[in-house]
Amino acid sequence: MSGILHVNLKFFASIREAIGHGSESVTTQATTLNALRDELIARGGSYADVLAHGRAVRMAMNQDVCEETAALIEGCEVAFFPPVTGG
Amino acid sequence: MSFTVSIQTHDFDVSHELTALRAGDARVGAVCSFLGTVRERNDGSSVASMELEHYPGMTEKSITAMMDEAQKRFDIYAARVIHRVGLLHPEDQIVWVAVTSAHRGESFQACEFLMDYLKTQAPFWKKEVTPEGSRWVDARVSDDQALARWGIDVSNASELDPSQRS
Repeated sequence: MSGILHVNLKFFASIREAIGHGSESVTTQATTLNALRDELIARGGSYADVLAHGRAVRMAMNQDVCEETAALIEGCEVAFFPPVTGG
Repeated sequence: MSFTVSIQTHDFDVSHELTALRAGDARVGAVCSFLGTVRERNDGSSVASMELEHYPGMTEKSITAMMDEAQKRFDIYAARVIHRVGLLHPEDQIVWVAVTSAHRGESFQACEFLMDYLKTQAPFWKKEVTPEGSRWVDARVSDDQALARWGIDVSNASELDPSQRS
């Protein structure tokens, strides 16, 4: 059984626009990035649209790009964003 | 040894930056820099302006990591990356990468490496204003291919997320 983790969410670019805000704090029973994403998708609406599996969504934990299987850390910052287009 | 990154809304003076980068280091015999500017056309549309967004903190962290990697790969003395964010217009300076070394080969290569890395790894996003409306710029597969030349496999431009790739 898992406990509850506190996670600070960040959204950027087209994902931020669709969701309507750039950050929120959540408590989650998810233990991996992928499970956290699934929790957000389960909210429906714009979350389900822009975070749907198969879409080009990148994830970072504590400002490092991570695999979906990465384990969540208490108090971590998790960001969702589209492919980068700087330079 | 100076390896620095600045993310800023304001413009920068390339001549001043170049002078500062090599000042006081008589080992330097080569300085190579790249300047990226806003084009008036992209993907078939005219661009009136663009808004550059980034991920404060991760941007600096990722560029610092790429400069660390450049130091491992090339014999370079100093490097600087400046990237602007916010509202930009055609002809504006967006990004500047500069590297110093004893001989030109190392700084030429390191400069291109840093730029290839930045295009696919640094968390910046461009939104263009065109006559058809605003649009987020799509990542390019050619940028992934540019980094692959350095032996780094990325798929930033892939339509699919990592869980969908084999």
